[in-house]
Amino acid sequence: MSLLTVQQLGKSYNNQNKVLQNVNFEVDAGEFISIIGPSGAGKSTLLRCINRMVDIDEGAVIFDGADVGTLNKKELRKLRTDIGMVFQHYNLVPRLSVIENVLHGRFGYKTTLQGVMGRFTEEEKERAFFLLEKLGIVEHAYKRCDQLSGGQQQRVGIARALIQEPKIVLCDEPIASLDPNASKIIMDHLKSITMELGITCIVNLHQVEVARDYSDRIIGLRQGQVVFDDVSHRLTLERTDVIYGTKTKPVPVVRELATV
Amino acid sequence: MNENRIRYKKNQQMIIVVLLLALVTYLSSVLTDFNILHGLATLPEAFIWIFSNLVVTEESLERMPTILDKLVETILMSIAATTTATILSLFLGVMGSKSVGTSKLLGILARFIASLSRNIPVVAWALILLLSFGQNSLTGYLALFVGSVGFLTRAFIEVIDESSQSAVEALQATGATYIQIIMKAVIPECLPQIISWILFMIETNIRNATLVGILTGTGIGYTFDLYYKTLNYHGVALVTVSIVVAVILIELLSNHVRKVIL
Repeated sequence: MSLLTVQQLGKSYNNQNKVLQNVNFEVDAGEFISIIGPSGAGKSTLLRCINRMVDIDEGAVIFDGADVGTLNKKELRKLRTDIGMVFQHYNLVPRLSVIENVLHGRFGYKTTLQGVMGRFTEEEKERAFFLLEKLGIVEHAYKRCDQLSGGQQQRVGIARALIQEPKIVLCDEPIASLDPNASKIIMDHLKSITMELGITCIVNLHQVEVARDYSDRIIGLRQGQVVFDDVSHRLTLERTDVIYGTKTKPVPVVRELATV
Repeated sequence: MNENRIRYKKNQQMIIVVLLLALVTYLSSVLTDFNILHGLATLPEAFIWIFSNLVVTEESLERMPTILDKLVETILMSIAATTTATILSLFLGVMGSKSVGTSKLLGILARFIASLSRNIPVVAWALILLLSFGQNSLTGYLALFVGSVGFLTRAFIEVIDESSQSAVEALQATGATYIQIIMKAVIPECLPQIISWILFMIETNIRNATLVGILTGTGIGYTFDLYYKTLNYHGVALVTVSIVVAVILIELLSNHVRKVIL
């Protein structure tokens, strides 16, 4: 049985424009999937339907045997502990230290009081340092997050997602505000999450090249509909054009060079 | 030529405005029976009176311990009123905020409480509370407390609504509870501004406490009133000077704290 099943998912914010319609796909455990598509195609909304950060209007999302749309508050909280999330703007608390932000990932497992008092077990703290070590930012553990560079902050965001011990990590354009070098570091880390820890990753991306390089499978969204869903190497130029509604001219044969 | 004409025109306008002002001044002083020349003539006399009576003398310095006692009492009461008001205001601020508030009804309630206690002046609160609680320091404390709640709630609502909501979303996604999110993401994010408003409120309350004290018979305000009514003007001067010094010291201190935290 697959880890995640999305069935005929539909979503609209104001009952007029459908952000998502009739979206169907399945995700197996251990897959690394990229979702690509133009801005406004519904990539972020699709991700947020999986952990119900936005409510599901039509269809169903089945995660790990549970129908996400019908969960009550307590069950939803339990579900969210199994789903890590990484954001474009890192979404850390900038005034708190790196280690505090990482430990925020454990709140889903804590009672309200334990969380508010900041009572974390030794294992949790050790795990936090282990993750920071693995992501190469352990020397910044006690620094405030706003003193870190974008790439470093995103690694804190990844550590916060991983300390949840999730079954799946949803990444909403994790490299959209990073330079190419930092982007590569982040994508390598995300890839290693899947390869080494066996955690499924779904990544929203703007860069088709990056999606093709890193993912096993690519889902192309256009105007809320899945227009491509296949292994990465089958994403040809024509199919990219379908997703983005662009028209790439066939590469012109450069004759001038030959004559000069 | 042209330039001269413009300048001439401007001068003319100026003269008309000045004449109009003079006329309005004259008319209003006639209507209110106010003789400006008489007022001006008494100015030197008034200053002479102030400098001969409102001076701190050695004799009045003997009262310093009592005054200091009352001053400390007033400052502590202002701080107590502010800190307790802060606790209530934080709840109301979270309730009333549009971004993290839980329900519309509670939000309206919080903003209603805030605007009710803010829009009635502290002096009016003091007089209203005087009727029900009598002349004691509780009344003074309550008057400052109510005024502070109104002001701080309003300030906190704005601070929370202006702060970034991104960390809130991230914590929701980890399965954190509402209270965890408020305590660990919203409050830390807003803390510098919250502390800044608390310091401002303490300053304001010390100033207000003098006035409230005159009305409710507590603290330094009462001492001021007492000396004033017994014609002990040296005492009045000493009280005034000590209030001014205290307020300036508190202001310097809170400016320093602000610099450190921001």
